[in-house]
Amino acid sequence: MRLNFSRRRFSQLLIASTVLSSLEELSPRIMKKALAETKDKQSGAVSSPHAYDLSINVNGKQHKLKIDSRVTLLDFLRENLNLTGTKKGCDLGQCGACTVHVNGRRIKSCLTLAVMHDGDQVTSIEGIASGDDLHPMQEAFIKHDGFQCGFCTPGQIMSAVALLKEPCGASDDDVRECMSGNLCRCGAYPNILAAIQEVRKGGKH
Amino acid sequence: MRPFTYAKPSQTSDASKSLKQSNSAIIAGGTNLLDLMKLDVNQPAHLIDINKIAELSQIKNNKGGLLVGALVKNSDLAHNKQVLENFPMLSQAILSGASAQVRNMASTAGNLLQRTRCYYFRNSTMPCNKRDPGSGCPAIDGYNRIHAILGTSDSCIATNPSDMAVALMALDAVIHIEGSGAKRSVPITKFYVLPGAHPEKETVLKDGEIITAVEIPQLAAAKHSRYLKIRDRKSFAFALVSVACALDVKNGVIKEARLALGGVGTIPWRCTEAEKILVGKPAKKETFKLAAEAAVKSAVTHKHNKFKVELCKRTIVKALSALENLA
Ligand SMILES: Cc1cc2nc3c(=O)[nH]c(=O)nc-3n(C[C@H](O)[C@H](O)[C@H](O)COP(=O)(O)OP(=O)(O)OC[C@H]3O[C@@H](n4cnc5c(N)ncnc54)[C@H](O)[C@@H]3O)c2cc1C
Ligand code: SF4
Ligand code: FES
Ligand code: FES
Repeated sequence: MRLNFSRRRFSQLLIASTVLSSLEELSPRIMKKALAETKDKQSGAVSSPHAYDLSINVNGKQHKLKIDSRVTLLDFLRENLNLTGTKKGCDLGQCGACTVHVNGRRIKSCLTLAVMHDGDQVTSIEGIASGDDLHPMQEAFIKHDGFQCGFCTPGQIMSAVALLKEPCGASDDDVRECMSGNLCRCGAYPNILAAIQEVRKGGKH
Repeated sequence: MRPFTYAKPSQTSDASKSLKQSNSAIIAGGTNLLDLMKLDVNQPAHLIDINKIAELSQIKNNKGGLLVGALVKNSDLAHNKQVLENFPMLSQAILSGASAQVRNMASTAGNLLQRTRCYYFRNSTMPCNKRDPGSGCPAIDGYNRIHAILGTSDSCIATNPSDMAVALMALDAVIHIEGSGAKRSVPITKFYVLPGAHPEKETVLKDGEIITAVEIPQLAAAKHSRYLKIRDRKSFAFALVSVACALDVKNGVIKEARLALGGVGTIPWRCTEAEKILVGKPAKKETFKLAAEAAVKSAVTHKHNKFKVELCKRTIVKALSALENLA
């Protein structure tokens, strides 16, 4: 969240956040360990302290495994299934890079645990094209240059595809509001908006 | 995140029993709890996932009002036809909060129990009376632009961040609670606890108790209600100030008034004094200004949040003036 800092306050917080981020660097390591333990469990080796059964459908494919309770849906997709299209930006629900669909609705996969999705159907960016035929929203993003670095793009597209079925008003402002959970550091917003509006107006979905 | 066990009971009574284990927590949408677990602010050893308890997911009509299950998603409640027609401020409040993805995950009870966004509270390397009782409050002499001006204490000045709770305050909602085989209900106006000397205690909820539903009573005035939220950016930001209001006006005179504030109180803030001033007076700007003055009369400001007093008054007047039924 953006705040209006005084310069001195800003530098204080900067120092605090540097300390914080070096602490946070620990967490991927802890996470890797948890994941490794989970993987071991799959192959019947060493057990994770708290591993649970998970049966989950991702992009039409059923997966059955045991997983550590701490693994988020995002880390499960990226690390266990190697579906790295879904991105990790903030890991705190603030950026939207991790947006996927669960049972047809868009959610942030960083703020939910994989174990909570036993029996669920998940669609990630890898699952919206039909073979080599891109989803109309993917085509529209390419046509309108709806990205620069591309890091936010999978999340933007997953949000945009979900939006087509949501009660979102017709105006550009309505779309901006409905897409406010997806940040783009490159500022590709005007082109993202154009892509979404073209798909909505064209009815190609 | 630290290791924790995970259970997914299908009965409220089983969830309540599991909740008796020490250091256990309920998880609903997870959008606040997991956030705080990643930040090491919360460290539960046992998570109890209530998402399989079917009875908690329903919205039922109830004597002209609604009975909203604890697990009803924020997005479903905001787009519910009855809510849109009869309690528009509730829909507006929910839709002004978080983002579409978060609202698809967030539950009704989870929203009511979300923790403050005070940046010291969320930074587990800092002291904080709310997170670590007795450790001190760095916000009072620190950076406190987003902090509260109403209901503060020497121990804590954090705001309650919920938008939905502000509308429910104005609507006199009732919280249904179940625990240890017993059921009780508490008016939302008595549900939140002022920080006083114990900011770690935020509600009257006791150990092992689960929120099962939120009852929204019928209220004619709510048909023309409104939620107005002022924030640092146009969308996806917490309130600096927000106003939930409803007026019942006959022949230009106010018969009933509801007014509650967000972003300024340590709890979602109901303005009973201001409501008394509104009733019996003409539905005009002069009246609204008097009410706005009354609403912030007991405000206590700190170094960076003085602006909230004037902003709050103007937002109240603007929100009331924008109601459609003033004639
Ligand atoms: C980036 C971001 C921006 C946000 N912006 C806003 C905003 O502008 N306005 C706003 O109002 N909110 C905002 N939120 C907060 C959001 O609304 C809450 O996180 C959400 O409502 C919490 O609901 P949940 O079901 O996910 O709760 P959880 O995280 O599952 O639970 C929250 C707490 O409630 C307890 N709990 C849950 N259900 C029950 C129950 N039935 N009985 C007893 N205890 C229970 C849990 O134990 C936990 O302590 C934002 C969140 C994020 C991540
Ligand atoms: S204002 Fe409250 S929550 Fe924030 S640091 Fe002080 S005690 Fe903690
Ligand atoms: S990574 Fe999930 S919202 Fe940023
Ligand atoms: S394209 Fe770079 S963040 Fe959006």
